[in-house]
Amino acid sequence: MELSGAEIVIQALKDEGIEHVFGYPGGAVLHIYDALFKQEAVRHILVRHEQGATHAADGYARSTGKPGVALVTSGPGATNAVTGIATAYLDSIPLVVISGQVSTPVIGSDAFQEVDMVGITRPCVKHNFLVKDVYELADTIKKAFYVATTGRPGPVVVDIPKDITDPNIRIPYKYPEQVSMRSYRPESKGHRGQIKKAVDLMLKAKRPMIYTGGGVVLGHASEQLTRFTRLLNYPITNTLMGLGSYPADDKQFLGMLGMHGTYEANMGMHKCDVLIAIGARFDDRVTGKIATFCPHAKIIHVDVDPASISKTVKVDIPIVGQVKPVLETMIELLEQDKSRSNQDDLKEWWAQIEEWRSMNCLEFDRNSSKIKPQYVIEQLHEVTAGNAFVTSDVGQHQMWAAQYYKFNKPGRWINSGGLGTMGFGLPAAIGVSIANPDAQVACVTGEASILMCIQELATAMQYSTPVKVINLNNRYMGMVRQWQEFSYGSRYSHSYMEALPDFIQLAESFGHIGVRIEKPEDVRPALEEAFAQTQRTVFMDFITDDSENVYPMIEAGKGHHEMRLPPGMTTKRELA
Amino acid sequence: MRHIISVLMENEAGALSRVAGLFSARNFNIESLTVAPTQDPTLSRMTIVTTGNDSVIEQITKQLNKLIDVVKLVDLTDSSYLERELMLVKLYAVGEVRDEVMRLVDIYRCKILDVSPTTLVVEVTGASKKLDSFLSILKKDAVIEVVRSGATGVARGEKALTV
Ligand SMILES: Cc1cc2nc3c(=O)[nH]c(=O)nc-3n(C[C@H](O)[C@H](O)[C@H](O)COP(=O)(O)OP(=O)(O)OC[C@H]3O[C@@H](n4cnc5c(N)ncnc54)[C@H](O)[C@@H]3O)c2cc1C
Ligand SMILES: Cc1ncc(C[n+]2csc(CCOP(=O)(O)OP(=O)(O)O)c2C)c(N)n1
Ligand SMILES: [Mg+2]
Repeated sequence: MELSGAEIVIQALKDEGIEHVFGYPGGAVLHIYDALFKQEAVRHILVRHEQGATHAADGYARSTGKPGVALVTSGPGATNAVTGIATAYLDSIPLVVISGQVSTPVIGSDAFQEVDMVGITRPCVKHNFLVKDVYELADTIKKAFYVATTGRPGPVVVDIPKDITDPNIRIPYKYPEQVSMRSYRPESKGHRGQIKKAVDLMLKAKRPMIYTGGGVVLGHASEQLTRFTRLLNYPITNTLMGLGSYPADDKQFLGMLGMHGTYEANMGMHKCDVLIAIGARFDDRVTGKIATFCPHAKIIHVDVDPASISKTVKVDIPIVGQVKPVLETMIELLEQDKSRSNQDDLKEWWAQIEEWRSMNCLEFDRNSSKIKPQYVIEQLHEVTAGNAFVTSDVGQHQMWAAQYYKFNKPGRWINSGGLGTMGFGLPAAIGVSIANPDAQVACVTGEASILMCIQELATAMQYSTPVKVINLNNRYMGMVRQWQEFSYGSRYSHSYMEALPDFIQLAESFGHIGVRIEKPEDVRPALEEAFAQTQRTVFMDFITDDSENVYPMIEAGKGHHEMRLPPGMTTKRELA
Repeated sequence: MRHIISVLMENEAGALSRVAGLFSARNFNIESLTVAPTQDPTLSRMTIVTTGNDSVIEQITKQLNKLIDVVKLVDLTDSSYLERELMLVKLYAVGEVRDEVMRLVDIYRCKILDVSPTTLVVEVTGASKKLDSFLSILKKDAVIEVVRSGATGVARGEKALTV
């Protein structure tokens, strides 16, 4: 088969099993767009801003476990994509971003729409390639997908100069079946000896905690994690990125930990004697003050990326490997060894945890005449029977979504945790909806965040993605306002949203349904009506209590045991 | 602690900037960095001299290993090794200074590469420390230019960094 470079790009995507590409055309990728036009296997979704393309591809990837693909032109198209690439990088999401580049003879000459994409993205990609020879194109694309999806996943950029895609230069095409790279051999199963040591240690624990993160979602090991956790009957907490990998309605689940984690999860961390960390990276939002992090614990850490291990917190038993096979080996060893000497200690530990849990730290005022944002999320959970894909933007609404939507399945909670990118939610929801056309998709957002990629409402219209936008409109950059209230003497410097648009008219002007909800009693019916609209995008503008804060909170420089609880809630017992 | 890390990497355009970028992005120290192809033209060997405590050095080696272009690396300072750096020094050397320099050249086993009526170019090789010491003995105002290659190194005995 003889193909041009442009056709190779499309054919390689087909051969890779890619069905959707999110993109935006421009000069440097016109040959590729022409090749796209002439076929039907790969469907192109036209976004309205390249940031949207990368976020949509990202949402697509998070909800399917398959790599997301974005296609952008050189120069401004490429730079617009960078925020989305960095977002995917910090959350380890497999993306392949194809960017056009100026033709090879003029690279480096400040040609029209030239930027050094490989240089710009180097610090925020897992790897990137500049294709300098059409004969290397197919191989490079294969490598890009291989690198993006294996080991610790991440975004890969393939920068393709325009002359490489020249329709007049046709070469024999064969998509490689495999790749082998001597410099890249992702570790897989984990060292059996280390796993054995870890199992021995965990069986001796008197006050164990299981702390798991995004790695369990990325490694499709939710089933194994659930089996493992139940077998041990140990308490488990998830990071923001790990939510859904263990069923939130299970009694062993203590909720999220960290800055806005639950009292029981954070206290459990503080008091535990053995910490079993799986696919989590000891992020500063999770650890709080490092000096007081898990002061009594021996730590086991399973991670596919050796660099995640002992990066911020020194661990005692490191295990480099994929969560799934490591958990399988652990389960196998646990099933062999039925002798459990720690049952009495465990009873005591659970009693302590139940006492913490009985504080009910996520309780909020249910009698308010204003709409409480927490209530909206609770209702969203009920109306969607906990089955929706929920994307979010960044801010208070993100935390409330994480705390009050009880995720029971992995890959349903889709948010930017590491980079914290406002603007992520809507395009990500569109990507999710494209990948899961029959699913309920909600985008929980704030009036500030939604404006950052609002143009994607047009994409939602064009492709009839029935996304339900839940705008928790508090007229503030609430998360910023909360920090200013707590740490800056309530000096609300530039965190008030003035001159807000009329979101109803805005949604309608894009062709969608817009609804404003101002009273608590209207919340439930509005959600029900919106989700009954299975074919339409509905923008719900919830006018919420503007003074609500996210609790509990570990403020900067504090430890897990120094949480700030909701006003009026105090700990029953002095904490050691 | 000073560490010398030898890295074998794919001889690809941009590989050097990935390493340099990694050090600046992650706030790692870099004292010197040298790179050149090996006997296998598809591989480059890089020698990085860096400082840091054990956990920093652990992160440096892990992060380097994580770069897709890096094939293998070794921290030479973990076992016994040889270290060599090359230095060229251009000196303003007339009268007494010239005699003094000639004596030092002898002691440090340097070579004189270029002689003019007023200047000398001296080549010194050795561990970086030796080069430092040579420089420290020279009269400051005699030194016109100092050009150092950065350290390179290799493990002693049969130990080798190969693919
Ligand atoms: C406003 C705001 C507030 C936040 N508050 C909190 C908070 O209160 N609590 C909280 O938890 N987070 C919070 N975050 C998120 C936080 O910033 C981090 O993104 C998050 O804690 C990281 O989650 P993680 O440790 O699960 O790591 P991830 O970023 O999900 O990384 C996954 C880890 O697993 C490894 N891994 C990947 N795949 C595999 C595999 N197959 N096998 C084995 N290992 C694998 C990776 O190498 C990596 O180390 C907040 C973010 C924002 C924006
Ligand atoms: C692109 C970007 N700019 C700035 C920030 C800092 N930031 C974090 S939360 C936040 C406010 C978000 O406000 P809103 O979307 O209304 O959500 P709320 O906190 O009110 O729920 C800001 C400005 C960010 N995370 N991302
Ligand atoms: Mg707001």
